[in-house]
Amino acid sequence: LSICSRTVEPLEYYRRFLKENCRPDGRELGEFRTTTVNIGKCLCSITTADGSALVKLGNTTVICGVKAELAAPAVDSANKGYIVPNVELPSLCAERFRSGPPGEEAQAASQFIADVIENSQMIVKEDLCIANGKLAWVLYCDIICLDYDGNLLDASVFALLAALKNVQLPLVTINEETGLSEVNLKQKNPLIIRKHPVATSFAIFDDTLLIVDPTAEEDDLATGTVTIVTDEEGRLCSVHKPGGSPLTGAKLQDCITRAITRHKEVKKLIDKVIKSITPK
Amino acid sequence: PAMISPLCISPGDTSVLAGLYGPAEAKISKELPDRAALEVLLRPKVGLPGVLERSREQQLRQTCEAVVLGVLHPRTAISLSLQVLSDAGSLLSCCLNAACMALLDAGLPLAALFCGVTCALQPDGTILLDPTTRQEQEARAILTFAIASSERKMLMATTKGSCSVEEMQQCLAAAQRAADAIFQFYRDSVRRCYSKS
Repeated sequence: LSICSRTVEPLEYYRRFLKENCRPDGRELGEFRTTTVNIGKCLCSITTADGSALVKLGNTTVICGVKAELAAPAVDSANKGYIVPNVELPSLCAERFRSGPPGEEAQAASQFIADVIENSQMIVKEDLCIANGKLAWVLYCDIICLDYDGNLLDASVFALLAALKNVQLPLVTINEETGLSEVNLKQKNPLIIRKHPVATSFAIFDDTLLIVDPTAEEDDLATGTVTIVTDEEGRLCSVHKPGGSPLTGAKLQDCITRAITRHKEVKKLIDKVIKSITPK
Repeated sequence: PAMISPLCISPGDTSVLAGLYGPAEAKISKELPDRAALEVLLRPKVGLPGVLERSREQQLRQTCEAVVLGVLHPRTAISLSLQVLSDAGSLLSCCLNAACMALLDAGLPLAALFCGVTCALQPDGTILLDPTTRQEQEARAILTFAIASSERKMLMATTKGSCSVEEMQQCLAAAQRAADAIFQFYRDSVRRCYSKS
């Protein structure tokens, strides 16, 4: 008589499901959890931010707030603004995170988001410049996880994209006589988003099986993870595989194909939500 | 297993010093009951370690964890320290090579060896291996892979810039071919080092 308990032998428990090509929560190996997104001041709770979005991927909840401030551009890049992403994993989202300075996972996630913004060129820094050498926008993008159930990177990238699409920047002019900046809060323009990157994460089980959108439990049992970020033209913005089980080129190709399909699903969702909140 | 320090130099004088300590006794808060706890510390040449170094440490640590047979040394700590001495391009792949040679030299049980290869995709579409800092800045995309010695599978991948799927596959194939030369270099270095004694 073999007793297989979820808490005593989690890996054996999972293997029984994977043999039947499904997972304990009823999903297929290539199926995502229900994705919901709330954008803007009415639906999303941050009223003080210039742009905000709340994304739920199953139980994983991530909120992103974008604040725009003015600053002088750097000396060596006088025509560029700044985008500063920061991912926070507060101790309320999961018991594994302690309060205090950001841990390795939060810092690695922040670096990943910064790389995605840079690689995909979703916002060109030259667009954030107001006056060459004198004034530019700084976009502080704070991504905070409220509930951690795996797949942080996908949810964060999605929240960032949704929040940036919602940002309205006031018109800023420089008064020639005084040299000071004048902010016109009545006239607002949306940010120019050139590309729409979407991340798709996979967990590698037992060196062979690839499952999409891992939960926190699956993430702990997995032997490796891969995250693929694609944009609307099918170009790869990022292949992020921080160690873990080795993969062949063919398996990676399967991941990329699934990522491209996922991109279309996410883009449709974002367009639908943006259209529903735009005043007609 | 004690402290050793191989120096890793790649074309263009990028050098990284690696020191490996372990398997040693682990702090109770860090020890794992069934395998060794691996820790990687990366110090940049100038300044304090920042978010980028933490991200690189996570990548290096998970790459090493995939090859080190940690189950043979439970409740111990293996600490890998990397110091960047000079950076002239292809820094991450140099760190990967230094890490693997440190693991080899320390005599830790490994499932496979790995090596780091950086590919730069130039604006005209040609693939350049182990680019210098100047070539990295001019490139459209830079892809770094860690290739395992068993069947040349990919252990780790990081990309900078965007590229098409075909270009990525071509870079991966080029990196797998280049890995042969690097593994031969490992063999020659180890042979040279231990043939004197």
